[in-house]
Formats: sequence, C-alpha cells, structure tokens
Amino acid sequence: MKRLLNGNEAAAEAVKLSRAQVIAAYPITPQTSIAEALSDMVSKKKLKARYMRVESETSALACLVGASMAGARVFTATSSQGLALMHELLHWASGARLPIVLVNVNRSMASPWSLGTDHIDSLSQRDTGWLQFYCEKAQEVLDTVIISFRLAEKLLLPVMILSDGFYLSHFVEPVSIPGQKQVDRFLPARKTRYRLNPKDPHTFGGGVSGIIFAKLKKDIQDRMEEAKETFKDLSKEFESIFGRTYSPVEPYWIDDAEVVMVSIGTLTGTARNFIDQARKSGKKIGLLKMKMFRPFPEEAVRQALKGIKRVIVLDRNISLGSEGIFSQELKAALYSMEPRPEVIDVISGFGGIDVTPEGLSELFQKVIQGEIRHGKPFWMGVEG
Amino acid sequence: MKPQELEEELLSSGHFACPGCGETLAFRHVLKALGKRVAVITTAGCGSVVDGYWPVSASKVPFFHCSFGTAAATASGLKAGLEMIGDLRTTVLAWAGDGGTFDIGFQSLSGAAERNEDILYCCYDNEAYMNTGIQRSSATPKGAWTTTTPVQNLKEEPKKDVDAILAAHRIPYLATASIAFPEDLARKVKKAKAIKGTRFIHILIPCPPGWRFSSDLTVKLARLAVASRFFPLYEVESGKRYQLNSMPEKIPVKEYFRLQGRFSHFKEKQIDEFQTEVDARWEELLERMKRDERPCS
Repeated sequence: MKRLLNGNEAAAEAVKLSRAQVIAAYPITPQTSIAEALSDMVSKKKLKARYMRVESETSALACLVGASMAGARVFTATSSQGLALMHELLHWASGARLPIVLVNVNRSMASPWSLGTDHIDSLSQRDTGWLQFYCEKAQEVLDTVIISFRLAEKLLLPVMILSDGFYLSHFVEPVSIPGQKQVDRFLPARKTRYRLNPKDPHTFGGGVSGIIFAKLKKDIQDRMEEAKETFKDLSKEFESIFGRTYSPVEPYWIDDAEVVMVSIGTLTGTARNFIDQARKSGKKIGLLKMKMFRPFPEEAVRQALKGIKRVIVLDRNISLGSEGIFSQELKAALYSMEPRPEVIDVISGFGGIDVTPEGLSELFQKVIQGEIRHGKPFWMGVEG
Repeated sequence: MKPQELEEELLSSGHFACPGCGETLAFRHVLKALGKRVAVITTAGCGSVVDGYWPVSASKVPFFHCSFGTAAATASGLKAGLEMIGDLRTTVLAWAGDGGTFDIGFQSLSGAAERNEDILYCCYDNEAYMNTGIQRSSATPKGAWTTTTPVQNLKEEPKKDVDAILAAHRIPYLATASIAFPEDLARKVKKAKAIKGTRFIHILIPCPPGWRFSSDLTVKLARLAVASRFFPLYEVESGKRYQLNSMPEKIPVKEYFRLQGRFSHFKEKQIDEFQTEVDARWEELLERMKRDERPCS
C-alpha cells in the first residue's frame, strides 16, 4: 500500500510496525510531529505501548535506558538541542549495550536560534557508540527504522537514524507501507538474555577495572566492525521480503567518473538531479551517497573511489577550527590508497541553506576550472 | 516470632562502605522490608560505590547503575518496560543520595512525581556530596562545615525542604524515616510498596567521615536528629494528609550538634539561631498537621 507521507510520518509508521513497547519523547521542532503521531497511535490503541510524556530529552533517554534494561523494545525521537541534552545518556545506552532506536531530525545547534538543517547535532555524537544512518527519502526513513531495530537487537548496540529537518521531515512523498505480517516476519519480538530480572538478579554498570573497561569498549568496537556486514545481510533479507535494499554507501554513475561528489541525506536527491543533467552533456561525474557513518565503511569507500581523481565532499557540517567531518573521515579512509584522490571539502547547505542542482553545477565548474581546490574548506553560498 | 517470619537479608556483608555508614544500614532495612521481588536503580553516589566493584556485588537483587541526574526517569522507564513485558509485580526502587535527589536529579524526580510514575524513590540523605569527599549540597544544613563551605565561608542558606516540595506534587505517599527507628522505617517501606504511584521516602543518614563523628555514634546521632526535632518523622498522603509518627521530647539541637565536628565552630549565637530555625520549622509542620485535623499517632 502506498501513502503520501512526510519523513516524520514515515518514522512514526515504522515505529508502529516495529511494535515498539515503550516510547519516551520530548517535543522539539522539527521532530514534534513524530512525538504527536506516536502519542496518538498509543492513545487510540493502534500501537500497544507505553508512551511516556517526559519533562526533558535527558529523561526521555533515561526512561528508555530503564525500559530497555527490562527487556522492552524502545524508541525515541529528537532534534538538535534535544540530542545534545541526551549526550550523557547516549554514552550510557551504548555502554550498557541497549538496543535503543532513535530518530534525530537534524537541525542546527544554537546559538543563535535556527530552524535550518545541518548535521552538527548528530555528528557531535560521533563518539558515543551509536550506529548512525543518514536518510535521503521518507521511504528510506521508514525502512531504516525497521532494519535498525533488528540490527540493534542483534548487535546489542543503539542505532540513530538521521533525517534532514524540513527537507525530509516535512516534505510529503509516496511511501510504500509494508504489511504488519511481513514486518513481523522480518522483525520478531525482542528476545533478551541480559535484563533486570528479580528471578535472576545481577548488577549492571557498577565499577570495573581499567582492563575490564577497555575490554568492554573493545567489544563494542568489534561489534561495530561486524555491523558493516550485518547491515548488508539484513538489507538482503529485507529486500527478499520488501523488494527494497540499502547499502552503507551507494554509488551512482560512478564507473567511468573522473570526479565524484559525496553526499549525505537529502542533498543526495539534489546531486542525483544535477548529475543526470551533467551526464547528458557528457561530463564524467558520479555520486557516492553515504548512508552509514558509524561504523564508518572505509573499505566500501575505498572500493567505490578507486581510480577517481577528484572527490567533492558536500559536508552539511563543519568541525569549527578544522573542516567538514565527512571530509576528515573520508581522507582518513583514503590515506592508504595509491594514488589518492584529491579531496575537496565543500561546506554546503549549512544552517539549512537551500542547495540547488544549478548551484552544484556552478560548484562543479569551479572545481574543473581549478578555482576550488583541496585545502581549506569552501563555504558554498556564504560570501567572504 | 516464628522462624519463617524472619526476613531474608538482601544486602551482604563485605560491601565497600566506611565503618559506621548509615547508608548501608538504611539500604539493608529497605531491601528487607521490600523482599526479593524488586529491581533497584541507583545513581552516582555512595550507594553506587559501596555495592561493590566488578565482579562482586553486595546486593542480592537486580541492580542497575544509572547516570547521576536520572534515577527517577530510569526507574520510571524500568517500571514501564517491566509492565510491557508482562511483569506487573516487581517493585522498582530508585535509591539516590541527596545530590542525586535534591540537586542534579531534581528535575527528573519532579517530572516523575508530577506524572505519578509507579516507583518507590528513597533518598538517603547524608547532607553533602560525601562520595566525592564532603562538598556542600542543597541538603547541607545552614552553617555546616564542608570542603566547599570552609569556616571562612560557611553555608548561609538553610537545608532545602525537599519533602514540602514533593508533597506539593500531591504524590500518593511521602515519609521521612530514620535508621534509629528501623521498625518505623520498615513499616513505611511496606506501606509504600502496597501503594501505586510515586512514593518518596526521605531517610536521614549520619555519615561519620562527612559529619566528623566517631563511627560508633551513627545510630545515636540519627536518634538525636529526630529527638531534637531537627528531622521529625512523619508521613504525608496525597500531599495533604500529614501525620506525625512520634512526638519527640524537646532535646536542644545543641545536644545533636556537639557530637559532630562539622558544627564545632558554632558559637552560642549560631546555636541559638539554629534552634530558632528548628523551632520555626517544627511549628510549620504542626500547622500542616492541624490543617488536616489529624492527631499524632
């Protein structure tokens, strides 16, 4: 069945189909309609769950830490400042190996206030031990939420799904809604081996030695490594049931390309549009969409960019004092390659600035003409 | 008493508490009163450290260490999760110190109390951040020495009346309790266990290193805190019905103070001022009792 849904509605629909049992959320623009939709579904008994109307994002995630420790399947959604407020608990959730699924609708971090989208909020949570998947379309949000519950529960790690504020959260697209039986087949009820259970009492999260602490963190790192393959396997299984598939990185028009744009989130759609036109006039340009950011799919990136001369990274973020974060990570992944592609970092669409196919065409011309080179990041649409 | 009526000890010896620790005594009584069908959430604080270091734990009940500011929220979520997986019986106990309750965890507690989450929240109050080594909290009494309120710059503000604030949330049950009155403490815990909604028990915990007293005086000090009316024992139902549990003989607070190094700098003037404050708070409490016209039990 196809319905017109925006990204937020698609997220809520996926949570319902995934049969989340405890949901705790605090409203924040542009996430609010996810919280409202889920609260409505629970109130109208369309979803059998506890909806906790907490007083902050810190408490939202703390509630889920508790509920997940009980063995329930849990979900929250937030944006920007809300995700920042959750920061301490993000570490707590991964450290306690809790399969929590979170949708963050990307929005700029104040100050000053902005309702625009960029990825600083989620990229600032890079080192918290959560998997991160960036989405291009509403359909992808829905599918990624369902896959993420399965992935999280298999790896015992939390997963964050990223959706660009307004561009994805509020724009309506036709979305194919899977049947409940199909979803149940792909995602059975959560089974827990470790939980807070009076019949089998254990202590969780108390003090440990440095060696044990490091071992536990290394185990998370090993599971992260494993996640790259597990995600691919689950995507295949998902495809066999639903007919759609996803990969950590997705190449587009890349085989004979000399220049490749790297895109994250909704900029991908704009870049596809530009590349389709550029290809018609014979320009050898391709695209690499990055869906998976944590774990970082280095090997997939190296394979995709083998033999490419120039890479333009459309970073919807900046690590102030350094450069775009995807650019940093990509450079680290490409370091061992010989020859290495030139990596040009473009801070694009930052603060929600609209990026158009024409804008990308202009950017491409400047790169070809050597006006923009690797080195300092180039700020697109920002004078001076 | 018949042997089968003896309650099982759910806190083992060998924990990491200091000699004469009031917190472990309180935890032991609370667990005994609750029985095995319990899951405990604890925040950063003495209670989280003294339970033990991996791979040992002194508690014989499921025990989860949560972040400092989130005991009430984590406990609420745990209760919701247990219910959703079909466990409706387990009591969820949040066990937090005065830091985790009066200060850093206060928002989370207020939120849970306002939503009337089905949790039992016990605050073990030793009147300062003792786990980090005796720093002022909002539970520290006015004029008490701590490492962040040295004698040159003593705490000028009175102890936060957290019980009045929680009562104002109209939670179904609130009580103050003392390790010097273990039967009263156990009765309150059992009463709380049978009630649905947010239940709050505030237990004063004398702390030998933090209050600067000899470790054999813990229970005596707990008793003097009640007897001097510094820490009266009472219950509040639905935020309105107050009930005093004992009418303490009026021992001067001086008797309570003189055994504690943290008040050793007090001169007659400060003691008099403090006595006036204790008397005023006592009168306030009696006023609240009268409002409900319920006599002392």
